[in-house]
Amino acid sequence: MENIGSFIDMIFVTAKAWILALLGQFLPVWIVVLASIVISGVAILCLGPVIMMYLTLLERKVIGRIQNRYGPNRVGIWGLLQPIADGIKMFTKEDIVPANADKLIHLLAPIMTVVPALMIFVVVPFGRQMTAADLNIGFLYFIAVSSITILPIFMASWSSRNKYSLLGGMRTAAQLISYEVPMTLAAVPAIMMSQSLSTNTIVLTQAGSFGLNWFIFTPWGIVGFIVFFLCATAECNRPPFDLPEAESELVAGFHTEYSGMKFALFYMAEYMNAFTLCGIAATLFLGGWQGPFLPSWVWFFGKTLALICIMIWFRGTFPRFRVDHLMAFAWKFLLPLTLVNILLTALWQFTSASAAWLFSIMILAAMLYMLVKLNRVFVPEKRNYVLAD
Amino acid sequence: MPNIIETKKLDGSDILEINFGPQHPSTHGVFRMIVQTEGEKIRGLRPIFGYLHRNHEQIAENLPYAAIMPYTDRLDYVNALANNFGYALTVEKLASLEVPERAEYLRVIMAELARIVNHITVIGFMLNDLGAFFTPLLYAFRERERILDLFEEVTGSRLMNNYFRFGGVKRDLTALHLATIHQIVAKFPAFLEEFETLLSKNEILCMRCQNVGVLSPETATNAGITGPVLRASGVNYDIRKVDGYSIYHRFDFKIPLGKKGDVYDRYYVRILEIRESLKILEQALAKIPQGEILNKKTVPFIKMPRNFKPPVGEAYGRVESPKGELGFYVVSDGTPQPWRYHVRAPSLINLTVLEEMCLGQKIADAIIILGSIDIVLGETDR
Repeated sequence: MENIGSFIDMIFVTAKAWILALLGQFLPVWIVVLASIVISGVAILCLGPVIMMYLTLLERKVIGRIQNRYGPNRVGIWGLLQPIADGIKMFTKEDIVPANADKLIHLLAPIMTVVPALMIFVVVPFGRQMTAADLNIGFLYFIAVSSITILPIFMASWSSRNKYSLLGGMRTAAQLISYEVPMTLAAVPAIMMSQSLSTNTIVLTQAGSFGLNWFIFTPWGIVGFIVFFLCATAECNRPPFDLPEAESELVAGFHTEYSGMKFALFYMAEYMNAFTLCGIAATLFLGGWQGPFLPSWVWFFGKTLALICIMIWFRGTFPRFRVDHLMAFAWKFLLPLTLVNILLTALWQFTSASAAWLFSIMILAAMLYMLVKLNRVFVPEKRNYVLAD
Repeated sequence: MPNIIETKKLDGSDILEINFGPQHPSTHGVFRMIVQTEGEKIRGLRPIFGYLHRNHEQIAENLPYAAIMPYTDRLDYVNALANNFGYALTVEKLASLEVPERAEYLRVIMAELARIVNHITVIGFMLNDLGAFFTPLLYAFRERERILDLFEEVTGSRLMNNYFRFGGVKRDLTALHLATIHQIVAKFPAFLEEFETLLSKNEILCMRCQNVGVLSPETATNAGITGPVLRASGVNYDIRKVDGYSIYHRFDFKIPLGKKGDVYDRYYVRILEIRESLKILEQALAKIPQGEILNKKTVPFIKMPRNFKPPVGEAYGRVESPKGELGFYVVSDGTPQPWRYHVRAPSLINLTVLEEMCLGQKIADAIIILGSIDIVLGETDR
C-alpha cells in the first residue's frame, strides 16, 4: 500500500529517470543531461497550452452554471473537444493588421506576452521533486519574469494605433505596476518564515504533521494570502479588475486590433498567467503540494484549480471597479496592510505561540479598523424612496 | 466635423477625441457618441443618432390607419405593447370609439407585463455595462422568458406583438392564460428579492452608481425628460396618474420617486416600478369582467381597413411607456390615411441630457449613464 502510494506520488519523476537511464546505456553523459533538460522543457511547453485550453472550457462551463445555462456541450462529450475546435477556428482566421499600425511591434507583442507566461512554469513546484528548475532565487525569478508581462501589453496597445487600445494600455500600465507592489510585499512573510526564496523550500517548510502546517493557518498567512490572491487577480486582468480590457467600455482594450492566432496568444498568456499565479499563491500560503493521503501533484493541481474556480466565481458575480477606485484600493489599503503584515510575521517569529496569536489579532484588528476608517471616502447610502400617489 | 470644444488645452496638452459607436458593445444599438476626454475624464460629449432611421412617420402617412399598427411595434421593440397602446388610444380619440370593459382590462394587463419585461431587461443590460459579466442579465432573461412565452401564445409573437385594435384587442385571454399570468405575478417578488440581495447592496455597484450622472429636477423638467429618468430625479409625473387614461384611475398604485437623480436612483426606481406593476396586475386579474373584447363598430374594418375613415380633425394620445411619455399625434383629413403622423419618442428626448450628465465623469461612467437612460434605437431614430 505504502509502496503504491509513493509510486503514484513519484510517477512522473520515475518516468523521467527511467527514460534517462535508458538513454544512458548507449549515449554519452552530456547528451543525457541535454535530454533531461529537453524532457522538462517539452513537458512545460505542452502543459502550458493544454492547461490554457481546458481552463477556457472550465471557465465557460462554470460561468454557464452560475448563469443557469449549460455552457459548451456540442463538441465531444461534455464539450471536451471545444478548445480544439476553438483552436482550429483561431488558426484559420485572417490575420488583420491595421494600416497605420507599427507592424513589427504589433507582431512582437503577442509573442512576447506568451514567453514570460511559459517561463514562470519553470519555478512552479508541481509536486514532490517536480520543480523543473529548483532555483535558489525561485520567487525572485517569478516576480522578475511576471513583471515583464506589462511591457507586451503596452506594446500591443501602442502599436495598434487605436484609441481604445491606447486607453486600455494606459490603464494596464497604471494597474499592473500598482498591484505588483502589494503582491510582492504580501509574499514577503512566507519568505521570512521559510528563510528561503526557493519555491521548493517554501513548500517543504509547510510540511508539519500530515503535511498540514500551511502558512494560511496563521493570522499573517491568511492576510498575506488574501492580499496576494487579490493582487494576482488584478495582475492577470481578471474581473473585477479587468479594466484594461473592459468589454463594455473599451471594446476589448489592448487587444482590440488583434485577430486570429495573435489574439489567441494574448488569451493563452492570460490563462497561463492565471494558472501560474494561482499555483504560486498555493505554493506560498496553501502548502503547495503538501497534504495528507493523496499524491503530491494531485494536491497541487487541486489547490490551484480551486483558486482558479474562485477567480471564475468573481467573474460571474462582481461588477467592475472604476479606475480611481482601483488605484486607491491598491495604494491606500493593500499596501499598508502588507507592511503591517510583515511586522506581524516578525512578531510571530520572536514570541511564543499564544502571545503571538493575541498580538497578531489585536494589531490586525486595530489596523483594519484604521484602514477602513481612513479609506472609507465612500459609504453606500441607505436610501428611502418616496411612494407618491 | 466641428469640434465641441478646443482640442488643445491651455497648457498645450491634447484632448483625446474618442468615437464610441455606431458599432460598440454598449451603445445599445447603432448609437454613436463622440467623447472628448482628458485622461479618463470626459470634457465633451456629442450624441449622434439617425443610423437606424427607417422613415417610420412618412411610411405611416401612406398607409391605412389599421396597417400602421404593426409598424408601431418596431418603434420600441423591447416593449411593443406600449406603442400599440399609444397609437390605439390616439386613433380612438380621433374617431371617438369606445372600448369594451374586458378589452380595457386586457390592455392594462398586457401593457403592465410589457413594462415588467422592459424594466428587467434594462436593469440587466445596465449591470452588464457595469461589467457584471451577463449574470444579472441572464437571471433577468429567465423571468422575461415566462412573460414572452405568454405573449407568444396570446399575440402570436414574442417581441413584435401586434395585439391592439381600434376599440379593443385582437384576441381574448383564456382562463388558462389568466392562471399563467397569476402564477407569474405570484412568483415575481421572489425573483426580485433574489436579484436585490445579489445586487442592490453590493458595494462595488453602490460605488459605481451612487452620485454618478446626477440629473437635477430643474434640468430634467426643462429638457422635457419623462419616465423613470424624471421620477428618479424626484419629480412626481406619471401619465398613468396625470391622465388616468384607459382604466388606470381605478387601480391603487404608487409612483416611486428618487431623491438624488443619479444612476442608482434610476436603477432602483425601476425595481420599485416593477413592484407597483405587479400590484396593478393583481388588481386587474381579480376584477376582470367577462364580455366583448372588440367594439362592434370596428369589426367591419378588420376585413376592409380602407373603409376606416376617421372624421377630419387631430388628436394627440399619450401613454406612460416604460421609457417615458410616448405620444402619437395624428391629423386626419377624412381619407383612409392620416394626413400627418408624428411620434413623440421618449428615448430621443431623454437622450438630450446625456452630455450634461456625463461632463466631468469618467469614461466608464458615461457608459452606465447611457445604460441608465434606457434608450432603444428603433424609437430614437424611427
